[in-house]
Amino acid sequence: MNKGLINRIIPFSSVDGPGNRTAIFLQGCNFNCLYCHNPETINVCNNCGECLSACHYKALKFKAPYVVWNKVACKTCDECIKHCRRNSSPKAQNMTVKEVISEIEKNKFFISGITVSGGECTLQSEFLTHLFKEVKKMNLTCFVDTNGSVPLWEHKELVDVMDMAMVDIKSYNYDEHLKLTGMVNTTVIENVKYLAKLNKIYEIRTVIVPEVLNNKYNVDKISKLIATLNPDIRYKLIKYRQLGARRSLINSYTPSDEMMKELCVIAKQNGCRNIVMV
Amino acid sequence: MDNILEIIKNRTLTYEQKVLTLARAAEDSIDVLNIEKDTQKLRDEGIICDLFEGHAPYRPRYIVPNYEKFMKNGSEFLELEPPKDIWEATNSLLILYRHVPSITSFPVYIGNIDFLLEPFVVNEEEAFHAIKLFLTHIDRTITDSFCHANIGPGDSRAGRLILRAERELKSAIPNITLKYSTETPDDFAIDCINTTLITAKPSFANHEMFCKEFNGNYAIASCYNGLTIGGGSYTLSRLNLATLAKKSENEDEFINVILPDAARKMANYMKERIRFLVEESGFFETNFLVKEGLINKDNFTGMFGMFGLAECVNHFVDASILENRFGHSAKANVLGYKIIEKLEDEVNKCNDPNCIITKGKYLLHAQVGIETDVGISPGCRIPIGDEPELPNHIMQSAKFHKFFPSGIGDVFAFDSTVKSNPQYILDIIKGAFKNKMRYFSAYSTDCDVIRITGYLVKRSDMEKLDAGQQVLQDTVALGLGSVKNNRVLERKVRKNE
Repeated sequence: MNKGLINRIIPFSSVDGPGNRTAIFLQGCNFNCLYCHNPETINVCNNCGECLSACHYKALKFKAPYVVWNKVACKTCDECIKHCRRNSSPKAQNMTVKEVISEIEKNKFFISGITVSGGECTLQSEFLTHLFKEVKKMNLTCFVDTNGSVPLWEHKELVDVMDMAMVDIKSYNYDEHLKLTGMVNTTVIENVKYLAKLNKIYEIRTVIVPEVLNNKYNVDKISKLIATLNPDIRYKLIKYRQLGARRSLINSYTPSDEMMKELCVIAKQNGCRNIVMV
Repeated sequence: MDNILEIIKNRTLTYEQKVLTLARAAEDSIDVLNIEKDTQKLRDEGIICDLFEGHAPYRPRYIVPNYEKFMKNGSEFLELEPPKDIWEATNSLLILYRHVPSITSFPVYIGNIDFLLEPFVVNEEEAFHAIKLFLTHIDRTITDSFCHANIGPGDSRAGRLILRAERELKSAIPNITLKYSTETPDDFAIDCINTTLITAKPSFANHEMFCKEFNGNYAIASCYNGLTIGGGSYTLSRLNLATLAKKSENEDEFINVILPDAARKMANYMKERIRFLVEESGFFETNFLVKEGLINKDNFTGMFGMFGLAECVNHFVDASILENRFGHSAKANVLGYKIIEKLEDEVNKCNDPNCIITKGKYLLHAQVGIETDVGISPGCRIPIGDEPELPNHIMQSAKFHKFFPSGIGDVFAFDSTVKSNPQYILDIIKGAFKNKMRYFSAYSTDCDVIRITGYLVKRSDMEKLDAGQQVLQDTVALGLGSVKNNRVLERKVRKNE
């Protein structure tokens, strides 16, 4: 049975797409963004066991060869995550589609659908496809929150079953994207074009990071791209926030409202009709 | 008579508040009710409480007039013809409101106002002007937050204009409920939620549930009380389960002896209040609302209130850790359910011939508390500070809602970021109502108007009163007391859970 590696499930989320959604965060990402606010989702746990000593509640045990997490004993103080030196979490769980469905089932009357995020969820595209097929039977919508790095045109079955995607274009510049994420943006942009043609983009997002990124350039180029694809695609500009970020990797601050408004004006002038700033 | 002089010299009461307080003091200077000695003892201990209804009931506590009839017929007593346009309609209603009695002397129900005004919406901008003035007039003259308007369940031009005006006015009064049904269009519900996130109203009532219980003829009055249109409730007393629990050795004694005894005493006390009102006060023989058929004694009932279930349950469990407490442990939750089931049984044993519409029975009501209830939670609510995550909170709370046709509800504070996703709240309401939640209130934490327990007060007014200044509405003092004593501003803020 195909399993997914799940970092955590949030039953009610107001910020992961339209309506109330169960947000499922998968473990593992192929980017290593300097500003990542949940770096514990980047790597898969290697069971080194270093986090055991950090747990105050005896919620972690070593049962060779694995580190085992006791969900009931855990008080979610996240000391284990702070202790981990490889951007991972001992709390990620291998779950079957059936197990994830039973979590969704508990709240199915309260939600418009699910959003799978990460990490980078499309790295587990086979699991996603199976999950979505089951979720569609519950008459719920399936959204994907992706960094756009996996060529989705090679995963048509997934694209067919998913309703919409929320895609990050973190930088429009090839080199800047590489420096920020560790990978280039060619596939990201191709994915955006591909999904827009299918009318499957709910939102494009860009994080605004003062003094680290060329924010004006990025917003200018990305908004022009959106306007040519479909000016009604929502363009969300997100303020960089220090919370959760690794300060040793990045030296920036939260942009001012004035700066954000200026960027919104650029996007509007370029033809975007649905711009959101958070 | 020191009390009278104190009222006269009080610097924070407005003139109107002084007159009403003096009237209450006059009523309370006489004793005309036959109250059993043991019952009086429970009253003195704060276990049975009539919520300041006064010593000599001379008007029902909650009156729910049939405003549709008034709009159709006009009023002989008030010398009003049926209205012909939006100005006459709003004017006639404002006149009638002045003459609808209650315990506070302000009307607790002012009609399904969208339905009442819809026939007069011809030119939308003119109607908007009239409706905005109408709502402003209500806020400035019905100076008590227990005044409640209903809208829905259907969409209407008048309903939309009312919501638009409320978003602009951001006033505390009137309280508003949307009768929400599966037939209510999503975009109208979203318009309501967008208004709720600006000015803490409307709340949402489970229309299907109320319709079933009230044969389709109900209104939401005061905080969230479901009552029959053309009637209401003679009285509301409440049983303090938190304090009552302390009289028991264990939960069995509480459920089998102490609770039934107190319930019987409170029911008898209510019966005596109703007897005086119906048989001696002369209200139902003289008031024009009765004579013109806007209310009928046969549509009245009595509301049997309770509060402090959480603290009652926690008294019988090891409540030193959160996992064991009401709202969290299965054992505590089951005990809570058992207590309410038993209370319902006991209340159903009472027979009051004056409660014809409810076949001689009183209706259970989860009372929202008053500002002096320090450390005791409203109705069956999970205490502020102990709130579980939203999905669990709703599922746990909803289990109790079926017991309380005359009102129960939960209040949820949302982070202001949800304003950009109102569908999020609509999804939650739909789920809650599918799980038999009766009544759902929300507000955004960045708004001036907030829901205290069932009623609305402006933070800015509470700050003024706290600084010793007069404020227009008498409920501001209640809100301020609740903020200080009941941690109202510390509700768990909901966003992602």
